[in-house]
Amino acid sequence: MRVVIVEDQVLLRDGLTRMLTAYGFDVTATDPDGAGLADRIVAAAPDVAVVDVRLPPTFTDEGLRAAVAARRAVPGLPVLVLSQYVERLYARDLLADRSGAVGYLLKDRVAEVREFVDAVRRVAAGGTVMDPEVVAQLIHQPSALDGLTGREAEVLRLMAEGHSNAAIAARLVIAEKSVNNLINSLFAKLGLPPSGDHHRRVLAVLSYLDHR
Amino acid sequence: MNRFRDRLAELRRLAVGAAVGLPAPVLLVSFAASVPASLAAGAGVLLFAAALWACRRLAGVQRRAAAVPAPYVPITGRPLARLRTVVRDPATWRDLLWLPCQFVAGVGGFVIAVALWLAAVQCVTAPALRALLPSPTGYDPAVLEWTGRSGPLTWILVPVGAGLTVVAVWLPRHLIRAQSALARALLAPTSAARLAARVDRLTTTRAAAVDASAAELRRIERDLHDGAQARLVLLAMHLGVASDVIDDDPAVAKALLAEARTGAGAALTELRGLVRGIHPPVLADRGLAAAVHALVLGSAVTVQLDLRLARRLAAPVEAAAYFATAEALGNAIRHSGAGEIRIALVDAGDAVHITVRDNGVGGADPSRGTGLLGIRRRLSAFDGTLHVTSPSGGPTVLEMSLPCES
Repeated sequence: MRVVIVEDQVLLRDGLTRMLTAYGFDVTATDPDGAGLADRIVAAAPDVAVVDVRLPPTFTDEGLRAAVAARRAVPGLPVLVLSQYVERLYARDLLADRSGAVGYLLKDRVAEVREFVDAVRRVAAGGTVMDPEVVAQLIHQPSALDGLTGREAEVLRLMAEGHSNAAIAARLVIAEKSVNNLINSLFAKLGLPPSGDHHRRVLAVLSYLDHR
Repeated sequence: MNRFRDRLAELRRLAVGAAVGLPAPVLLVSFAASVPASLAAGAGVLLFAAALWACRRLAGVQRRAAAVPAPYVPITGRPLARLRTVVRDPATWRDLLWLPCQFVAGVGGFVIAVALWLAAVQCVTAPALRALLPSPTGYDPAVLEWTGRSGPLTWILVPVGAGLTVVAVWLPRHLIRAQSALARALLAPTSAARLAARVDRLTTTRAAAVDASAAELRRIERDLHDGAQARLVLLAMHLGVASDVIDDDPAVAKALLAEARTGAGAALTELRGLVRGIHPPVLADRGLAAAVHALVLGSAVTVQLDLRLARRLAAPVEAAAYFATAEALGNAIRHSGAGEIRIALVDAGDAVHITVRDNGVGGADPSRGTGLLGIRRRLSAFDGTLHVTSPSGGPTVLEMSLPCES
């Protein structure tokens, strides 16, 4: 699986390259300068791009902008955006095109190596991975989740993090069928049409929470 | 001899005062004439502006002599707006009031002083004049016409002349002082104007201080992001991979752990450096002089220190002085190519004076280099000043002064 890494900090770039290579990815790093970055990502046509939000020349959100631009050129181009901190607004920017295959994670998550690698794979496969922190920011809006039971809120959080029903069932140590039931009931409570599509569920949840 | 020169200088000052006062009638008439003239035709405005300009110039001469700051509201904009500013400026009308007063005081003062000297000289030399001019001439000195050419009156004038000399010596300085007092009363900024100027200045320096601290925060954020934070992420990554492979490949895990340990050390070093950049521990513990001493310990260039500050200053003042000095030193090391730098830190009671002098190439321009601007900003937040002399070819001398309560 071909990964393009866009990261300006040499230490991290090398670290990520080594790690992902060790887990069987075919890694190339690209020039992290924000100018023309979207075109370079598109030209590289990777299975997934791992992009730092903050890049030269202004060190603000070039990476994010490039990711959005690249996905505008190639809808559904898998992009995993890494950041030192997560910002709900940025998550929304990434999710706005509703074509899935996006991830938005704190850089800290690389410590959980297996989960991180798993996240890269899920994004490459078209899934949506939101950092637990983003999800937490959303879920801590009390109004949005009035009426959900604790279990339902937990399922919602895991869904937003990009886990499949099976993975959620395993985490909560319940049957997958129960997970389906919980999802259906929380979707009903949130007024969303039930849907089997993995990333669309997340999008629906996030956009619902965001626009509440 | 010196005294003689002082007397001459006093007379010169009085002459200047008279010269400044002399045009007053002309100017006042011009002002008076300009009002109806400007109603009739635009030329009056020009006359008014010209009279005003002359008036300000004259007041300027007197202000310089009396060491009084100018009180005018800054003039900007288009000609009409300028005129409006000037007319609305109370200092303009105070100038106008001052003009006739200066006419009386200036011309009168000079005439009195000169007359005193002339009278004194004539009185003292009256007997000699009588001997030189035994018979009446067409241009007899006043004393001889007054006393005649016989009798004791001529001799009595000698002590009178001596008395007049004393008065002539004594009076001018008081006349000058009176004119200075007049200038202070009418030409100096009123307390309202002074307060307004102060508020202006405080607004500027406050904005600069806010800018400086915002820039500082951005720098710290950037340093954290690029330094310690990145290292910690990497460290976490190493630990994560290590714990993942430790069962299958202990050797790799061990190497990763060693790398993680090195990374942790590097992160700590970066954090220490950052903390030192925010507030050096030595500065907090031992104060400005010790911190400046510590600053130069690792310097590649020879630095001569003259530290004459034994007490602690308020913490913000210490920090401003320290960072200004550090910046000045850094500039000297980086840009001047100096072989020797001297830093003097002198406690003057109500202020601390810092001088940083290098023998480098000079040519430092305080209006350009961000370093010098930064220093000025730092100091200005505390009403401190920076004075730079840096001729091309060197040496560069930065004189910084920072008020502090004694």
